[in-house]
Amino acid sequence: MQRVAVVVFPGSNCDADTLDAARAAGSDAYYVWHRDADLKRADAVILPGGFSYGDYLRSGAIARFSPVLRAVAAHARAGGSVLGICNGFQILCEAGLLPGALMRNARLKFLSRPVRVRVEATDTPFTTGYEREEELTLPIAHGDGRYVADPQTLAELKANAQVVLRYVTENPNGSIHDIAGVCNAGRNVVGIMPHPERRNAQVLGGQDGARVFSSLEGRNATQHAGDLRAVDDRHLRV
Amino acid sequence: MSAFTVEVRVMPRAALLDPQGRAVQHALQALGFGEVASVRAGKHLVLQVQAASREEAAVKARMMCDRLLANPVTEDYECNVSP
Repeated sequence: MQRVAVVVFPGSNCDADTLDAARAAGSDAYYVWHRDADLKRADAVILPGGFSYGDYLRSGAIARFSPVLRAVAAHARAGGSVLGICNGFQILCEAGLLPGALMRNARLKFLSRPVRVRVEATDTPFTTGYEREEELTLPIAHGDGRYVADPQTLAELKANAQVVLRYVTENPNGSIHDIAGVCNAGRNVVGIMPHPERRNAQVLGGQDGARVFSSLEGRNATQHAGDLRAVDDRHLRV
Repeated sequence: MSAFTVEVRVMPRAALLDPQGRAVQHALQALGFGEVASVRAGKHLVLQVQAASREEAAVKARMMCDRLLANPVTEDYECNVSP
């Protein structure tokens, strides 16, 4: 069982759904208030969606100076798993933990509806449960979702296969290269615009998002299996 | 120490799409101002800053822009310091 810290900022509004989704996947999930610099021995940290600090100045620009972000940055530097969903993605970009930035949707409108995305990377802590190139239906709900990055950053993203999710069939917000989610070079920090916590059960219209959370537990199970093999000398001699 | 007024102009980088500016341009054209070839929308911030000199106020303002007031990925800024 993984310990999953869900960070709550003033203006977060997807924190409860995110906590529920992590618990439904079997994790020991709990809230951490943004003024708290202690992640309480978290294995993974999730920055949920919402409108931290009212999106003042720029989405995520003020939240990145919360005390908890220092702890999140240290956790990320140590290789710990971090997921930013929507506003959480914006905060991770503003904090420099992920490359690029998220700007106003190309057609200005706030978009709240399901979209189709393709999983492009399955070697992050939050996507191991998916098949590469698997297509998902996940809801988006954002006004500032247009991913941008300079040409050098885009070349690095491509060279290192750091695009995690890509919009398919339509690009709702004008993101460059249809990018809906990216990870850092170390692959432990992931940011996505769609909301997997809003699509993790049939009662919510589908469960394409559930494996974002169960991937954490699946990875744990794999590690345990590895440990067992390591103490089983028959396997070791193979 | 004396008080300086720092005016910061933050603009979306020229190469990037500015949908807000474009929407304003379309609205102006709808009002009959067809002569408007383009609009770009940015932010104007006015800060009262205590500093030993005008130069120090300018240096501090640039640090503020680099760290918070502008996003280096998407925006350019200019600072003007006046007493």
